[in-house]
Amino acid sequence: MALLEINNLHVGVEDEDIKILNGVDLTLDTGDMHAIMGPNGSGKSTLASVLAGREEYEVLEGEIHYDGEDLLELEPEERAEEGVFLAFQYPVELPGVSMTNFLKESVNSVREARGQEELSSAEFLQQMRERADMLGLDADLTKRSVNEGFSGGEKKRNEIFQLAMLEPRLAILDETDSGLDIDALQSVANGVNKLRDGDRGFLVITHYERILQYIVPDRVHVMMDGQIARSGDKDLAETLEEHGYEWIREEVAAAA
Amino acid sequence: MTTALDTDVRPEDRFISAFEVNHGQALNGTNASIAQQREDAIERFAQLGIPTNDLEAWKYTNISKTIDRPYTLSLSPEGPSLDPSDIAPFTIDEMDAHRVVLVNGHVDESLSDIGDLPSGVVLSSLAQAGEEHPDIVEEHYGQYADFEDEALTALNTAFVQDGAFIYVPSGTIVEKPIFFLHVTAGSEPLFLQPRHLFVVEDGAIAKVVEAQHSVTEAQTFTNTVSEAFVGERANLEHYLVQDEGANASQVHTRAGQQEDDSVYSTNTITFSGEVVRNNATIEVNGSFCESNLYGLCIGKDEMHVDNHTQMDHVQPDCNSNELYKHVLNDESTAVFNGKVLVTRGSQRIDAYQQNDTIVLTDDANIYTKPELEIYADDVVCSHGATTGQVDEEGVFYLRSRGLSERRAHILMLQAFTDEVVSEYKIDPLRDYIAEKIRQRFASYFA
Repeated sequence: MALLEINNLHVGVEDEDIKILNGVDLTLDTGDMHAIMGPNGSGKSTLASVLAGREEYEVLEGEIHYDGEDLLELEPEERAEEGVFLAFQYPVELPGVSMTNFLKESVNSVREARGQEELSSAEFLQQMRERADMLGLDADLTKRSVNEGFSGGEKKRNEIFQLAMLEPRLAILDETDSGLDIDALQSVANGVNKLRDGDRGFLVITHYERILQYIVPDRVHVMMDGQIARSGDKDLAETLEEHGYEWIREEVAAAA
Repeated sequence: MTTALDTDVRPEDRFISAFEVNHGQALNGTNASIAQQREDAIERFAQLGIPTNDLEAWKYTNISKTIDRPYTLSLSPEGPSLDPSDIAPFTIDEMDAHRVVLVNGHVDESLSDIGDLPSGVVLSSLAQAGEEHPDIVEEHYGQYADFEDEALTALNTAFVQDGAFIYVPSGTIVEKPIFFLHVTAGSEPLFLQPRHLFVVEDGAIAKVVEAQHSVTEAQTFTNTVSEAFVGERANLEHYLVQDEGANASQVHTRAGQQEDDSVYSTNTITFSGEVVRNNATIEVNGSFCESNLYGLCIGKDEMHVDNHTQMDHVQPDCNSNELYKHVLNDESTAVFNGKVLVTRGSQRIDAYQQNDTIVLTDDANIYTKPELEIYADDVVCSHGATTGQVDEEGVFYLRSRGLSERRAHILMLQAFTDEVVSEYKIDPLRDYIAEKIRQRFASYFA
């Protein structure tokens, strides 16, 4: 059984007559790393939002199966408990919410759902230190409010850090590479590579080919106008880097 | 002795005739200057009348409606006797403090636990202080709370009898908090007028915590006037916790004066009350002072809470910070009016004011108004006000990390109030306040 199976997904915006996804099909197996590329406005982030359960989107047609379950039936927190993780494109600043308290509550609610024991404070702090170390995250950041006053790079690193803490089965990275300098890009990519294993699937949404030089995908999908217009292996990403997206659009139009 | 207020006559006249009937009952009736002040005050009250919505300062708070009720004007020092178990829910036992319990505005020694005070520190009722330390009382009493334009301050001054008193002599540090627990009790619909005086002399340091509670279901009204003097290089932290329940209304007027190099910080939180009006005024009568005014209102049901603050900078080289926040549920209403005055010649003032509100329902209301009056040209003054709902993007972020929608909302509201709660510098008090807030928010999302 595939970890994630999306069939003919059509999505619009609630209360507005706008359609963003027009029949997306995608299958991701456990252990796989898939990249979704595409121009601005093609629907990449909408797909990520729908997978995470953002309520302003309305699924008009189609289905999403996660580990055989109907993902669309689950609340956002239930998805997290079941092992779905979204690294936000724009991580939210939460002044007054302490990083440590928030993450402890988060980790323990996910552990509880998986039938694991709660971590003690000591165990939690230990794990937090180890994972922060692993990702090269300044441990002082964990003493602050969630994302408050973090630089862009720190926010993205913090998303990967949370990914490492929550140990999801399906990780969706929504433009985690955007706006990063080369150091931050490498450290985010290293973090992802360390977390890559046979039990976990990754969906990496990106605008640019550069992150895929560090995180080598098994498959690359190109999204255009709310559909997967083309899929291929990692070489497709390089072709896109060289030639842009227009040639795909032309091919699709010619085929139609 | 008590006097029932006859509701057939104009409310002002009820108080004036009660004043005449109870002429000799006031604080330190033998002290000529205080006695004269009382006469002047009732006269001024008669001229001013009870404020109506026509006055700009009372535009959004109808206090006359709340005052025009058949209250019993309590003038006798004997309150009902309370057991320790009656006040147990309010004693904040984790806070090691010099505790004074006032029942209906009078000190109850059997419930108090003052403990050992540093040499020279006086902690007593105002009435007792009037007898034992008339010089201190006379020097400071009535000097900071001006009744010329405030009818309710005039009314309090006319009827002044008793309240809380602190004197911290020059250079003395009171390490433990001084905790005044104000309890309203009895079966009658009382109209109470406590009067407090806190004197912290040059170089002295003190922390004062006041909590207002009620153990009666009767409709009550408390008209408090509280004066504070913060001497040169002195530091006074002043916390006020208002939680008297849905049947209690109050006007709480607090006037502080600061001298050179002093720090005065106030933090007021309102959990309940029918109509609550707080007037907080600080006059910075010295240079190189710091003044902090913090406030929180956790509104629910039909609570109406009005915070009027006035920050008077009359000397140069000072800074003041003001932050009031509201979380309004149900049909509650909050009013914030923050005035900052910088007089001519008060240069290099840095005054900051902010008021932020979260409204949880369509029926909650906030009226917010900053007022800056600046007559000096080398100052930095800023103000800001925001009103909005809980940040749903933040809620989604938390939910996407496995927190329930309920937990996410509670956490977001706690985070909003934390900016003020974190200004509680007494750890057990901060924990107590944070827990009370958490419980309130948890009850909203049951």
